[in-house]
Amino acid sequence: MYAYDEIDRTLVNERVSEFRDQVKRRLSGELTEDEFKLLRLQNGVYLQLHAYMFRVAIPYGTLASKQLRALAHVARKYDRGYGHFTTRQNIQFNWIKLAELPDALADLAKVGIHAMQTSGNNMRNVTSDQWAGVAPGEIEDPRIWSELIRQHTTLHPEFSFLPRKFKIAITASDHDRAAIKIHDIGLRLIKNEKGETGFEVLVGGGLGRTPFIAKTIKHFVHGRDILSYIEAILRVYNQYGRRDNIYKARIKILVHELGIEKFSREVDDEWQHIRNSSLQIDDEVIEDIRSRFTYPAYEKLPHMPDELRQAAADPDFEAWRKNSVAAHKVQGYSIVTISLKPIGKPPGDATAEQMDALADLADRYSFGEIRVGHEQNLALPHVAKRDLPALWKALDKLGLATPNVNLITDIIACPGLDYCSLANARSIPIAQELTRRFANHELANLIGRLHINISGCINACGHHHVGHIGILGVEKNGEEVYQITIGGRADENAGLGTLIGPGVKFDEVADVVEDIVEAYLALRERPEELFMDTVKRLGVEPFKERVYATR
Amino acid sequence: MPLVNGGKIADDSFVKLAVDTPLPESGDILVPAERFLGEAEGLLKRAGKVGVIWPNNRDIDELVPYLGKVAAVALVFPTFRDGRAYSQARLLRERYDYRGELRATGQVLRDQFVFMLRAGFDSFDVKKQADAEAFMQTAKRYSVFYQPTGDGRITALHRRMQLRHSEGVGT
Repeated sequence: MYAYDEIDRTLVNERVSEFRDQVKRRLSGELTEDEFKLLRLQNGVYLQLHAYMFRVAIPYGTLASKQLRALAHVARKYDRGYGHFTTRQNIQFNWIKLAELPDALADLAKVGIHAMQTSGNNMRNVTSDQWAGVAPGEIEDPRIWSELIRQHTTLHPEFSFLPRKFKIAITASDHDRAAIKIHDIGLRLIKNEKGETGFEVLVGGGLGRTPFIAKTIKHFVHGRDILSYIEAILRVYNQYGRRDNIYKARIKILVHELGIEKFSREVDDEWQHIRNSSLQIDDEVIEDIRSRFTYPAYEKLPHMPDELRQAAADPDFEAWRKNSVAAHKVQGYSIVTISLKPIGKPPGDATAEQMDALADLADRYSFGEIRVGHEQNLALPHVAKRDLPALWKALDKLGLATPNVNLITDIIACPGLDYCSLANARSIPIAQELTRRFANHELANLIGRLHINISGCINACGHHHVGHIGILGVEKNGEEVYQITIGGRADENAGLGTLIGPGVKFDEVADVVEDIVEAYLALRERPEELFMDTVKRLGVEPFKERVYATR
Repeated sequence: MPLVNGGKIADDSFVKLAVDTPLPESGDILVPAERFLGEAEGLLKRAGKVGVIWPNNRDIDELVPYLGKVAAVALVFPTFRDGRAYSQARLLRERYDYRGELRATGQVLRDQFVFMLRAGFDSFDVKKQADAEAFMQTAKRYSVFYQPTGDGRITALHRRMQLRHSEGVGT
């Protein structure tokens, strides 16, 4: 965990007091809605279909139990008793009153949580691997660098009014759980031949109307230069990014229009001016940040404790363990993913009661720490293996032990037309129906790893382009129509899915997905061949035939 | 629009000229970039200060040769959500060491003052009277700054280092 000090706390409190003043001026009419809009967005406040939506940052996905309790408190006191975890290591509350927002922020500030820059045309919440610091084989804990960048990008005096939003994600593992290739800047922590820490820097990824996979702009930027390099990219973007058309304003369009070579020359020119400035980070600064991350006092534990051996006799426990428990870098410990995708419920939602109870479980079994991943699931990062059976029982009581992580019902979905003012189609009911169709664990397990991503509009909050099966809701002649893509992925081999044919109606979506899955089961060469491998081997054609032959 | 200069509401000595306004005999003038570049020699010879209004989509490099001669550079925020002039301001102050008046014009609201001060602005054509009156109070809203900029304020990272070192001395 990272511990805020007095300096960080002061800034958050100053921000709350500023926003309180801004809300007051809005309510008195001193600020117009147009003026206020940008200010509220910079504080995570959207005006949605029914009410204000409030988005709270969870930097690099790490939460302390007291912070999760504070989120539960906000859900209970200011909202309708639940929150929605998103694809950006955030939590959203959907029913909050504008006049109460400053109080909600002040309550969160007490535990070092804020909503700064969770929306608006500025540098957004820095995201990272939800297994950071505990994943076996990672280069080093990417959160140290995430925190450095979080601080640097917070209330940045040059980049708080960019052409469009700007997202940075960091990974330090071979397996990319942070989806860095679909971010404006993706950073992959690496070591050079001298053993020095640095980054492969990728730029220009993003989904939405014009999806792009990020391109490598530099194979190695030394850690001490990373802030100046990011600043150089941002400065080029701020000056030359398009502002004439909101749909062409993201950095991916600038990179695409200039070409990566020309863009990279522009960045290099800028970088030469500033790389030896006060932006250079000395080791002492990094060590200071590193020192404020505390790690649990792990015990020396056996690899296979008796408790786990005994529990293995219970098939329900085993089903969950195989699905939800991952290897930890410390022997005797595990990373436990908590599915927020129970059958028939909106993906990513958690009630205040569940959040409170999870905070308690984190205290008991995970050194008080919780993680939030972009798949809209949570994780307990330090669970002793001997505690797994007890934890499982407790999670099951809370409705949080659905063994479907990475399976077909572990669906990523945006809030869609039910909540979002941008959406053209519903997402949640599609997700709910699909989880019911594939509720049978044996079947889901037989199918294996398969990610379904659903967006209710072209803005792609549900990351449909990178779903193994992607579902995009659009509106056509007053009706919801869903376009289906297959073969996308958001990991280290990220790629965009291919459209399989004409859009289908709301009622047909689940049938179409079933058809695709049946086709896959018939086409795969052996049970170990995953859906993505079959699509890679055969292309979309056989799936297209299966889906449209009878339609 | 009230002008805030040196932290308080001040009279504006500059008269803004359009591209085709006849040149006044004397007094301080603010001239659009295009006109300035066209008539620089003549403008700089006359008595009175000359400032230039530089649009946010024009390369600041063109202005660099004149920086020692102009008394003011006015950068433009056509809307408060267009942040290009922040980059221009920092380049002028930090890369080209411009020390004259750096003025923010256009849609200048109190909620931008801190960002503008940090980027190097010291003069503000404020849109609303109430915002101009609230300048000092708003400018002091923040005491913590995470990034180094040319305004020389100590960053959080370095403040921590200082605290750490001073603690070290005592132990």
